Amino acid sequence: MVTAMTDTTKEKQMTDQRDSINDRVANKESESNAADNRSSMDDIHKNEEFDIEINGTVGKPFVDNVKMSSRNCDVFYGDKQAIFDVNVDIGNHEILAMIGPSGCGKSTYLRVLNRMNDTIPICRVTGEHKLDGEDIYSKKMDPVLLRARVGMVFQKPNPFPKSIYDNVAYGAKLHGLVRTRSDLDDLVEKSLIRAGLWKEVKDDLHKPGTGLSGGQQQRLCIARTIAVDPEVILMDEPTSALDPIATALIEELMIELSGKYTIAIVTHSMQQAARVSNRTAYFHLGKLVEVNETDKVFTNPEHKLTENYITGRFG
Amino acid sequence: MPVNFILITLLALLIFGFILGRARSIKVATEVRNGRYNLHSRPYYYGYMIALWAGIPSLLILLLWTGFDSSIVTSLTASDLPSEIQELSKDERSLVINEIINLAESGKADVNSSEPKLQAAAHYLSLKNISLMAKTVVVFALAILGIIIGLRFVKPEFRARNQVEKIVRWVMIGCASIAILTTFGIVLSVLFESLQFFKSVPFTDFLFGTHWNPQTAIREDQVGGSGSFGAIPLFTGTLLISAIALTIAVPIGLMTAIYLSEYANQAVRSIAKPVLEILAGIPTVVYGFFAALTVAPFIRETGEAIGLHPSSESALAAGVVMGVMIIPFVSSLSDDVISAVPQAMRDGSYGMGATKSETIRQVVIPAALPGIVGGVLLAASRAIGETMIVVMAAGLAANLTANPLEAVTTITVQIVTLLTGDQEFDSPKTLAAFALGLGLFTVTLILNVISLHVVRKYREQYE
Ligand SMILES: Nc1ncnc2c1ncn2[C@@H]1O[C@H](COP(=O)(O)OP(=O)(O)OP(=O)(O)O)[C@@H](O)[C@H]1O
Ligand SMILES: [Mg+2]
Repeated sequence: MVTAMTDTTKEKQMTDQRDSINDRVANKESESNAADNRSSMDDIHKNEEFDIEINGTVGKPFVDNVKMSSRNCDVFYGDKQAIFDVNVDIGNHEILAMIGPSGCGKSTYLRVLNRMNDTIPICRVTGEHKLDGEDIYSKKMDPVLLRARVGMVFQKPNPFPKSIYDNVAYGAKLHGLVRTRSDLDDLVEKSLIRAGLWKEVKDDLHKPGTGLSGGQQQRLCIARTIAVDPEVILMDEPTSALDPIATALIEELMIELSGKYTIAIVTHSMQQAARVSNRTAYFHLGKLVEVNETDKVFTNPEHKLTENYITGRFG
Repeated sequence: MPVNFILITLLALLIFGFILGRARSIKVATEVRNGRYNLHSRPYYYGYMIALWAGIPSLLILLLWTGFDSSIVTSLTASDLPSEIQELSKDERSLVINEIINLAESGKADVNSSEPKLQAAAHYLSLKNISLMAKTVVVFALAILGIIIGLRFVKPEFRARNQVEKIVRWVMIGCASIAILTTFGIVLSVLFESLQFFKSVPFTDFLFGTHWNPQTAIREDQVGGSGSFGAIPLFTGTLLISAIALTIAVPIGLMTAIYLSEYANQAVRSIAKPVLEILAGIPTVVYGFFAALTVAPFIRETGEAIGLHPSSESALAAGVVMGVMIIPFVSSLSDDVISAVPQAMRDGSYGMGATKSETIRQVVIPAALPGIVGGVLLAASRAIGETMIVVMAAGLAANLTANPLEAVTTITVQIVTLLTGDQEFDSPKTLAAFALGLGLFTVTLILNVISLHVVRKYREQYE
């Protein structure tokens, strides 16, 4: 078990929070299962619940100790608007979880934060986005340098057509993070250990990364992202292909990393959001509905839509 | 009935058989539950089965009969000829028989058609008619028999799908073997002719000789001496020109492909790609006179200006123009494979703070390499096989040199010059063409094997 967490009180607090929330989520889920069996009248009911108007973000979107922030963020794919006026801060050393129904724009917003949307020609981002008070969309900001500071783990594992070793060493070599070969070896080993992949691949480091299983590839991508030592890590469903053991490992890694880095994570597992995050943001149809302390979101959500979502009434 | 008419009727019969078989299968089946029948295969498979049962034997017979009937009818006619014709010599007899067949087919008797010949012609015609009638009857009988027998097999538990698919598989195997057998046939014939050649010119002289001068005496009384058939100058000439062409085409083509797929916007792409492909469609003769009339003089003048003495026809001129010609092969194929590299892979690299050029060099190109090698290989085989440009721009002189400013010649050019003009077909001069062809074939084969090996190794490593 990784226990690099220095702040034991924080851990204690998190564990308590997790337990109570897990109970609550479990209760709600059994409720929703029962709901599934009801007649089609409920579908109409659902649609009504879907129609609730969203007027700005409720809760606590802003924090004092800001690492990254967005104001009036709109994102368009061609003529289609995918994100509507999102205003939110991500605090230093915080884990912000983003939840919401499929297609609501979580990945899109995450990609705003390291300008990955620049690679999509039809995508247009507006608003003001800052990292440590610097405008990341200004002319002066080089997206290449930005991405070295704001790393990303993608929704679909995308290892390079290189060996496992070279996959992890890729970023470190690019940015000249190490001087000697043995330093590089150490870095690769350390990153793979932290991502929980070392045991499985330590004898096959020079086999292709693309030959790994889906879950192993996902951990390889996590390893290669943490190897470049970014300030902010954006994780898009990093455990969607992992078994419970590997998931637990990655969650522990996230909590450990939050001592040093700032993390934004997209997840479809509400238990996961409850277990790891400090604050949770709920997105709905491209709008940011609610941001609050995680335990508040899962125990006493302010917005009706958030409540409907976490109790499994739609999504 | 003439053959095409038989074919049309047979086709109608087969369609009829198909419909019958399908209908029968539905009739013999019983419905198990809402719309599901207890048939082993879907009804149309039973239809195909009937059509195949009727079609294969009758078509086979039709084919064989049509192939052999004229020779059989002719020999029957010949054996019935009066004895004075029978006693003629072989050549004269076949002349008479030809006359009879012409007579029968045109139906016009002329002055020198004698009574026995007219009789024989009538006999020939009647035999021919009988054969055609019999053929029609037999083919249709077989088809109908096939339908009847096939229909008896239509039962719910009969595995029509497996039968049909087995036949289809054999048909496909047949098609594949045609291609393979043709290749084999060509290789064997080239090999055989080459062996003929090596009877008069020793193998080692051909392979290791450094002097190429294929002028042998065409007629016995001619004074020309014996030619020399050392192929080394040709191979080096071919390699020299191809190397120059590839040195030009590979970097330019690759850069073009990278620009088009990674940097160019949609508008540029949509114009540049078709234009590049037009480059591939220009006839090589046009490239040839471009090389001979524009590039070669330019090279000569430039060379003289800097104190060199290039010959008026040079390997460089041919190589450069050939390089331009094969750019589209490299660029178009590479562009396709580079565009096919998933965006997610690029995103992964950008997401780690890599620049565009780092991403292209370290992620995109390695991922696309097998396809790029394929494109280069295609370009290389075009370069090795190219003839016209070399004839016009590099000349015919078989110099053994590595200097690109001198005139050289290539294997394909020499094959052309060996086989054009009048000569005997068993002189060493002509047969040398086959030996050169064999050599060319071996070289391209080795190139292919090497690059396949490289690609496979690479794939193993990175896939
Ligand atoms: N490259 C693109 N081009 C056009 N539209 C896009 C593109 N990527 C996303 N979209 C649209 O933007 C909206 C938000 O997509 P996004 O990928 O951000 O959803 P998501 O919340 O991450 O969903 P999921 O949970 O399924 O990953 C969707 O309606 C989608 O159709
Ligand atoms: Mg997503």
